[in-house]
Amino acid sequence: MPPAEPILRELQARWGARTIRQQRTADGVPTAWVPRDSILEVLAALRDEVDAPYRTLYDLTAVDERARAETAEGAAGTALPPDEDGPSDPSPPDAPPDFSLVYQLLSYDRGEDLRLKVPLQGEYPSIQSVTGLWPAADWYEREVFDMFGIDFEGHHCLRRILMPPDWEGHPLRKEHPARATEMQPYRLPEEKFSAHEEAMRFRPREWGLAEGDWAAPASGDADENEIKAAIGSGDRAIDGTDYLFLNLGPNHPGTHGLLRLILKLDGEEIIDVIPDIGFHHRGAEKMAERQTYHTFIPYTDRVDYLAGVQNNLAYLLAVEKLTGTVVPERAQVIRVMMCELFRLASHLVWFGTYGHDVGAMTPVFYTFNQRERIFDIVEAVTGGRMHPAWFRIGGVAMDLPNGWKEMVDDFTRQFPPSVKEYEDLLVGNAIFRSRTEGIGRMSLEDAISWGITGPNLRACGLEWDFRKKRPYSGYENYEFDVPTAEGGDCYSRCLVRMEEMRQSLRIIEQCAKNMPDGPYISEDHAAVPPNKPETMANIETLIHHFLGVSWGLAVPAGEAHARIEAPKGNNSYYVVADGSTMPYRVRIRTPSFAHMQAVPLMSRHHLLADLLSVLGSLDYVLADVDR
Amino acid sequence: MSGPLEVLVRMVLTLALAMASAAMLVWVERRLLAAFQDRYGPNRVGPFGLFQLVADSIKLFTKEDWIPPFADRVPFILAPTIIVATGLLSFAVVPFTAAGALVDLNIGVLYFLALSSVSVYSIMLAGMASNSKYSLLGAVRAAGQMISYELAMGLSVASVVAMAGSFNLREIVAAQEGLPYVVLQPIAFLIFLIAGLAESKRSPFDLPEAENEIVAGYHTEYSSMKFAFFFLGEYLALVLFSSIATALFLGGGNGPWLPTIVWFGVKMAAIIYVFIWVRATFPRVRYDRLMAFGWKILVPAAILNLLVTGALVVAGSAGG
Repeated sequence: MPPAEPILRELQARWGARTIRQQRTADGVPTAWVPRDSILEVLAALRDEVDAPYRTLYDLTAVDERARAETAEGAAGTALPPDEDGPSDPSPPDAPPDFSLVYQLLSYDRGEDLRLKVPLQGEYPSIQSVTGLWPAADWYEREVFDMFGIDFEGHHCLRRILMPPDWEGHPLRKEHPARATEMQPYRLPEEKFSAHEEAMRFRPREWGLAEGDWAAPASGDADENEIKAAIGSGDRAIDGTDYLFLNLGPNHPGTHGLLRLILKLDGEEIIDVIPDIGFHHRGAEKMAERQTYHTFIPYTDRVDYLAGVQNNLAYLLAVEKLTGTVVPERAQVIRVMMCELFRLASHLVWFGTYGHDVGAMTPVFYTFNQRERIFDIVEAVTGGRMHPAWFRIGGVAMDLPNGWKEMVDDFTRQFPPSVKEYEDLLVGNAIFRSRTEGIGRMSLEDAISWGITGPNLRACGLEWDFRKKRPYSGYENYEFDVPTAEGGDCYSRCLVRMEEMRQSLRIIEQCAKNMPDGPYISEDHAAVPPNKPETMANIETLIHHFLGVSWGLAVPAGEAHARIEAPKGNNSYYVVADGSTMPYRVRIRTPSFAHMQAVPLMSRHHLLADLLSVLGSLDYVLADVDR
Repeated sequence: MSGPLEVLVRMVLTLALAMASAAMLVWVERRLLAAFQDRYGPNRVGPFGLFQLVADSIKLFTKEDWIPPFADRVPFILAPTIIVATGLLSFAVVPFTAAGALVDLNIGVLYFLALSSVSVYSIMLAGMASNSKYSLLGAVRAAGQMISYELAMGLSVASVVAMAGSFNLREIVAAQEGLPYVVLQPIAFLIFLIAGLAESKRSPFDLPEAENEIVAGYHTEYSSMKFAFFFLGEYLALVLFSSIATALFLGGGNGPWLPTIVWFGVKMAAIIYVFIWVRATFPRVRYDRLMAFGWKILVPAAILNLLVTGALVVAGSAGG
């Protein structure tokens, strides 16, 4: 039977069902396995040749398949469906893959996703790089290399991205230890410390740059030690020009966290920027593989630590697709209300710190005051503030407290004048406009191909909001507008976020007004442990409670991908389950990662001060970049 | 008894006043900024947090006085002393009291401008001696900024000098007995204030120490009392500019009922309040725009103002 999805039918018509093998997934995203040798061709066709092409490489990741109990449907190693079109397939099935590479594509024209998976064989397999098709693949391929040791042929600089350059092993491989008890005690003697420090030194060649591009004369045959010395001292005459090499970070007041930017400056003009990330890497994806589905929830809070429960939601939507849990209506509305409160909180932090980035010291105090009011509500509702870890599989942790409505109403009543005040204070200011207008401009085409999402994409003029285009958690029931702006510069990014604050407030008002009655968590005991009092009623619920709490829930094998419109862009979780109580693999695709990768594109040939305007306008959080 | 003793007493008094007001200003600024920003500010040490200053000084004194091994020692140590020295020396010509300034210099205005030029050396030396890239960037920014805005400042002062017919600050104040020059010379006053902000490296012209961009600019590598000297130097500059502005444009200590020094203080405080208010309100301008603003707007405006003033003065004296 040919696949129902038109895009898979189209691909099969061209390459045959042997090349494009469909896999059905819990999330309904068209998914197919493509052999290693055909993938580049297929991807190129998808990007350029098909109607309404897939311009965005939304995510690229891998799964170490070697420890898996059951091979995924459609992967090499499983038989093809018997009623397949075309000639029957006499060849014996291949061995099951050792690794699979997952390409997630997105077409804004179609409003559709596509997932292509490539089976890879061998201990340290290799595959062609797709950086030629999508420049944005650069960091994603580096991450896969860093985490899995998969080699990408033709990648200009395949070096570690999140782990320290002298790390041994590739952490997301199944043989890599996940617990401290599996490793030797950690010691850091002086010489090891110095070696780490030395490994951090910037050497252009290691970053795939010809020495001539970066620092040394174009001839390129200069003595390497001499070049190192030149880079170390930071200046060297090249064609009569002295460049200044500035190591901005990892500790710097303007970078909002641990981020290192290596700048090549001509006076104050930025010739090139190389972001070096990974200083905030905590291995959330690896941790997921040793937590039950339930106990992983608190880790998600800390990914985008300004967006709190929004992270919970992205993860839980994926898990709920796997378990098939239906979330009760009241829980949906509570979730939306809390998410929008956190969107406001996140935007308030952004506004305050952005003001500070361009040298205005006051806005941050004003916005933190309002944020504190939001946290008062969050605290009353969840007991936590920044990291409430309050959503649960199938609903939320507990019902809303008495008096919640008055608190929310009070907040929504007093908030609108504040937004006006922020606009008057900063956005309308002539100095602020001169610092942001025309700075860090990005075309819509670039934004799409670099995987820019959220407010930053809408600032380029594309009206695309996952809450509208793929409503989740009942967002289709709310009235709100999706603000966009033209120009894609720092100022338009700012305008979009200012308006988003007002729209979030509208959603919160609607939630508070129309909060339905009913249960706050699903009663599906396959996914949710029964209430403790119920467990005393009969042996069934007692057993469910015991298993669900002590072992964790067993989630049916399969895979699901959920994406939400987080405050900073599209946050998505791709959960692969193998039928056990712990995820087999969790992939966290964060908006900040993609945005950070595009920083050089937006800041070249601006001044040093503009780099801070650009960084601030993107609204990233280092924890969200590095995970 | 205008003997050496009286000179000494007046010297000590002037210096103590300058130092004390600069130090107090730290507290005033923090409290005022806090008021602008919906928060309390320092309010724990002593009544209204007044002794915060003492706590800060103890902290600064006891910090490690570190000289980076890559720094050029002599200019590195010399730099912070220059800014404090020039700041304090300038107070010699400020006519705080009816008796005039400590030194009744007949080129008082020039003396003030000259010392303010010398203070650029402090920043330049600090930046270059630190041998650090952030310091260098800060120093280059500071040098460009201060030299450019000095020009506008000098030209704006020149109009006042032309009207008063004297470089002596006491005489300039005396010439404003009837009407302060802020009424007759509003453009010059505005230019002087803007240039003063830039000269004292205050927001929105705090580019030489823009923390988000270049960490702490020229004093990135400084710690302990050497850092405190830069800190003090900047507040001295603020007090100095507000006092000179008071003398040049607001009629110095002229005013009914109250003693001269009180009027002088009130007027200074008003200007300082504006400076702090500006700091709480504006974002930082970008370096190229700062230079463009200085050279393309402020300097031409100051020249035009001077030409018109000059013409009027000449016409007035010819007619009268």
